[in-house]
Amino acid sequence: MSARFDVVVVGAGPGGIAAAAVAAEAGRRVCLLDNGVAPGGQIWRGYRAETAEKAAHGREYLHWMKRLKQSSCTVWTGWQAIDRPTAGVLRLECRGEGRDVEAKALILATGARERFLPFPGWTLPGVMGAGGLQALVKGGLDPAGKRVVVAGSGPLLLAVAASVGGAGARIHGIYEQAPLGRLAGFGLTLLRHPDKLIEGAGYRMRTWRAAYRTGCWIVRAEGRDSLERVTLTDGHRQWSHNCDWLACGFQLVSNLELPRLLGCRIEGGLVVVDKLQQSSVQGVACVGELTGIGGMEKALLEGQIAGWAAAGCAAQARALRPRLQRWQRFALRLSRAFALRAELRGLADADTVVCRCEDVTHAALAGRAGWREAKLYTRCGMGACQGRVCGSATEFLYGWQNPGVRPPVYPTPVFVLADDADAASAHR
Amino acid sequence: MFVTVNDKRVHVAEGTTVAAAVMMASEPSRISVSGERRAPFCGMGICMECCARVNGVEHRRSCQLPCEPGMVVVTK
Repeated sequence: MSARFDVVVVGAGPGGIAAAAVAAEAGRRVCLLDNGVAPGGQIWRGYRAETAEKAAHGREYLHWMKRLKQSSCTVWTGWQAIDRPTAGVLRLECRGEGRDVEAKALILATGARERFLPFPGWTLPGVMGAGGLQALVKGGLDPAGKRVVVAGSGPLLLAVAASVGGAGARIHGIYEQAPLGRLAGFGLTLLRHPDKLIEGAGYRMRTWRAAYRTGCWIVRAEGRDSLERVTLTDGHRQWSHNCDWLACGFQLVSNLELPRLLGCRIEGGLVVVDKLQQSSVQGVACVGELTGIGGMEKALLEGQIAGWAAAGCAAQARALRPRLQRWQRFALRLSRAFALRAELRGLADADTVVCRCEDVTHAALAGRAGWREAKLYTRCGMGACQGRVCGSATEFLYGWQNPGVRPPVYPTPVFVLADDADAASAHR
Repeated sequence: MFVTVNDKRVHVAEGTTVAAAVMMASEPSRISVSGERRAPFCGMGICMECCARVNGVEHRRSCQLPCEPGMVVVTK
């Protein structure tokens, strides 16, 4: 089955929703697709119209969801883009069903994921990403009474502690690897983003009972069948917390699989775009975290710019540029403030698993020439996550560059690839 | 509603993901290739640690899948 649209937007976070709504309002036939259960992406995960008002960034959610719903945009949730059979066509999969969608203009808004770094014990049940724990709690996991340590890097740590703590968890500590001096400098620059300063202060007020310590990082996690204790350090001494859950993530990295597959030019882990968000590939725009980790405000503006551009309204798109530049500077400051310290390269022991899918250890990988050799000899990056977790870890640990992606960019039932309708109906 | 995770009956609220149900049942979401117990990790559908057999269908990303009444989840 195939469908045709003027504009197809991949990823229904703030950037994708804004792009789709604007292009549809301008009269284009638009399809917005997302692999999640509802539009919202990570930042608006689990938001509902009745309760969003009080939630963080809920006002923006209500505004954009209203515009999306009132527009003529077609929304497909649960659909995963897996391949690009020919230029201008995406192949999608949902619950064993395959579908092609054709577009004159493509807007990629696939967002970002957390960077995870391996340390002893990080594969134990109870150790999760920071955003990971937040997403699971939004997905109904009950945190009441759980003892939680939050560690890693980035403004997400405070947001996670505030939301999980607010849902009943006991936050035993929040540990940021970036040094205080750098964060204080970042805090000062936030005077130009008072809304962000207020947002951060709000998270901190809601987590005031827990220590927020900078210049500290995880050393190891321990437990028999699941997590029982974590050990941290400030580089001089070590201390431990008994806890049930560790939420640990080291800033964000862009989800580059689709732009890579389409051949978009990528520099420094980000898609290179022009002033109208157009990538190096004709007809493919990229917005939001794909072009710089900067959060919701930047994504909303870039989405609108790409939406206007896709509708052929370059003047409206350009009019948003001055507001965007402010958030692009914010993204730059963010990446500098939370740059990872070199000590984090030494967390993994020889027998620490680096590739979680194939259980490939640090000892098996250290000394390999690069990503390709590691794959050939150890199966690192060849499991179900296709290197989404170990790829950014090995880039940081060993300096390896991911040479590219191959379709399907998500694990896909083989009968979908073979277009076997009988097997597909048995699957459902 | 109730779902079954490896023969355990779990009560979950509307909108709960299968991954959250697996965690609340204190069951591992998978056994790794070297035999480690694993649990949901990234929560956003990228790490594949939570892939489980749901109603007979293998490799469902359980963190992206809402529970439905009577769902049968097998993780080992």
